[in-house]
Amino acid sequence: QYNGQKNSQGNYEVTLIPGDGIGPEISRSVERIFSAAQVPISWESVDVTPVLRDGKTVIPDEALHSILRTKIALKGPLATPIGKGHVSLNLTLRRTFNLYANVRPCKSVPGFATQYSNVDTVLIRENTEGEYSGIEHEVVGGVMQSIKLITRPASERVARFAFAHAIATGRNHVTAVHKANIMKLSDGLFLQACQEVARDFPQVQFDEVLLDRACLQIVQDPAQYANTVMVMPNLYGDILSDMCAGLIGGLGLTPSGNIGRDASIFESVHGTGPDIAGLDKANPTALLLSSCMMLRHMNLNSFADRIESAALSTIAEGKAITADLGGKASNTQFTDAIIKKL
Amino acid sequence: SVGPKCYGGTYTVTLIPGDGIGQETAAAVKSVFGAAKVPVEFEQFDLSGFTPENDKLMQEALASLRRNKVGLKGILYTPIRLGHSSFNVAMRKELDIYASVAHCKNIPGINARHKDVDFVIIRENTEGEYSGLEHQSFPGVVESLKIITRPKTERIARYAFDYALRHGRKRVTIVHKANIMKLADGLFLNTCRAVAKEYPTIQHNDMIVDNTAMQLVSRPQQFDVMVMPNLYGSIVSNIGAGIIGGAGIVPGANYGREFAIFEPGSRHVAKDIQGRNTANPSSLILSSVMMLRHLQLNEHADQIEKAVHKTLSVDGIRTPDLGGSQSTTDFTKAVIRNL
Ligand SMILES: Nc1ncnc2c1ncn2[C@@H]1O[C@H](COP(=O)(O)OP(=O)(O)OP(=O)(O)O)[C@@H](O)[C@H]1O
Ligand SMILES: Nc1ncnc2c1ncn2[C@@H]1O[C@H](COP(=O)(O)OP(=O)(O)OP(=O)(O)O)[C@@H](O)[C@H]1O
Ligand SMILES: [Mg+2]
Ligand SMILES: [Mg+2]
Repeated sequence: QYNGQKNSQGNYEVTLIPGDGIGPEISRSVERIFSAAQVPISWESVDVTPVLRDGKTVIPDEALHSILRTKIALKGPLATPIGKGHVSLNLTLRRTFNLYANVRPCKSVPGFATQYSNVDTVLIRENTEGEYSGIEHEVVGGVMQSIKLITRPASERVARFAFAHAIATGRNHVTAVHKANIMKLSDGLFLQACQEVARDFPQVQFDEVLLDRACLQIVQDPAQYANTVMVMPNLYGDILSDMCAGLIGGLGLTPSGNIGRDASIFESVHGTGPDIAGLDKANPTALLLSSCMMLRHMNLNSFADRIESAALSTIAEGKAITADLGGKASNTQFTDAIIKKL
Repeated sequence: SVGPKCYGGTYTVTLIPGDGIGQETAAAVKSVFGAAKVPVEFEQFDLSGFTPENDKLMQEALASLRRNKVGLKGILYTPIRLGHSSFNVAMRKELDIYASVAHCKNIPGINARHKDVDFVIIRENTEGEYSGLEHQSFPGVVESLKIITRPKTERIARYAFDYALRHGRKRVTIVHKANIMKLADGLFLNTCRAVAKEYPTIQHNDMIVDNTAMQLVSRPQQFDVMVMPNLYGSIVSNIGAGIIGGAGIVPGANYGREFAIFEPGSRHVAKDIQGRNTANPSSLILSSVMMLRHLQLNEHADQIEKAVHKTLSVDGIRTPDLGGSQSTTDFTKAVIRNL
């Protein structure tokens, strides 16, 4: 629950992590669109290039303190330094701020044709444990054990979030995705937590589906999942959310939000686009839609609605879209076109 | 090792129809085999996953598989959360049937999201996330062990590259999540890469499983042979089925050193349509075609496969899963007509 206060200029303060590669360019687009729409927020831009402290990957103090203070951040893509003992920066951020729920909606963009035109899925991924526990060891030579850790508190917390989200977005339906026929104890615990939380939300419909069946059904007819909020353990969420993104045209169009105990971070899920960085070719839509999710999280819904419809109608018209969507416009021209519609 | 059991040119094969649509689809295979005069006799075991601990039939079925070396099987239901562990998994482990093979290929005439799809999924069947090793280390805290070993990974990797060689395929894609599971999936990835060196004529690449899921629904034509640990195989084979028209048309097989079991590629019980005479028997019939090839009954295999394709593509006989309204038995009769 966001409860930030306006500063002396009447604005909410939001931390901005522009990120690497195309990150600064798409962040700049969001800043321009926000100022044109007169969104009452002011940005505090920080750098999160990781540092190693006592052999552990941590983010710099300045960034840490900014996010702990503002409780909310918008983040572009980050390049994780390879080697040198770093764990992924995204993982570090999730752990640092207890980002327990990852929300990933995928909705077909009108006017942007793919194999599917009727996708409208919302997926919530447990973000802190499961297969990403990082607990692994070599039992004897050539035998590796990787531990999937499922706890009742984390399962309950993400289930509770899913139900609250279902109510807040008017879906009123939650579907737990699991593999508790095979992983009876671990996925069984996750499923049981969902079933128990469901009893606290009698107004929300609840059902459960096996992971393999969900994959089959979503790919065959995503409309079957258009009225529910899916909730699932970490790895399944990772895979299924990318699959859903694939249905609507890839990561250039999908937003994402990490909801946490200590802060919430909204981000584009695509990479740093090293091949097009600095060329003014990047599509800022994913980051922009993430920023709209952020605005809704801050209860600034009317701003979110205006910006989102300006962006989506610009794409639908197809006159000023970027190369990844099949157009010829630069990032700047696309951004200008959105601003004109506001 | 000893080959499949064969007397006077007739093979004996263990048949486990399984739960859900198992009986209906197995009946379809039996009538097609009868009409095509296939020299196969079935030893049938009607075990079910719904029975709490039906050890006796399960043991008898296993003994039969041990004798016959070859089985045709539907899917047995597995209770969720509580109850016995999967009979399907137990069977594969017991007989060390380590390589699961599912083939995702468009069938001409069937409306699919993507055209020109033709890839083979090779999945490690005996370890990984399906180890069954789980414990509650503290109330409310459960640990589930994923086990990846070098010998089993080497074995599945060799199987995949050999498969590519034997079938004239060009490339093997290694699917993994080694960026997160650095040791377990790291071992899988590195072992596969090492095996790849023994096959200089086959190309290989690797792909992280979440990206794989995205690529499968957007550009599935890029895949040829794919090799992966157990759980990812379940996901990939269902996405694969989804993009070419559904679980009703994808065949599958499981091979070990000594034994082989043939079963539908995306492994569904389909109890929602049980007993309605609406199931699509193609996935089981096409699995039985793979079995006939394994028994080197290639002429029968070709004849039945052609008949199924003609029924679907030329005659347009479709069960409801493919948007049609014909029944399982209508479909089966049409296949027999086309033999
Ligand atoms: N927002 C975007 N707009 C346009 N193209 C994009 C965008 N994001 C990614 N791409 C393109 O998609 C492809 C994959 O991009 P991605 O950033 O994931 O590359 P990458 O090499 O994996 O980078 P990283 O190492 O940061 O993950 C590239 O061709 C890139 O240019
Ligand atoms: N051969 C087939 N013909 C037609 N439909 C099939 C076939 N095989 C699977 N399906 C369909 O694919 C879907 C997935 O099957 P699944 O086995 O998961 O169903 P189920 O076992 O009844 O469901 P669950 O156990 O998850 O509640 C079902 O809708 C089923 O009807
Ligand atoms: Mg991912
Ligand atoms: Mg990338």
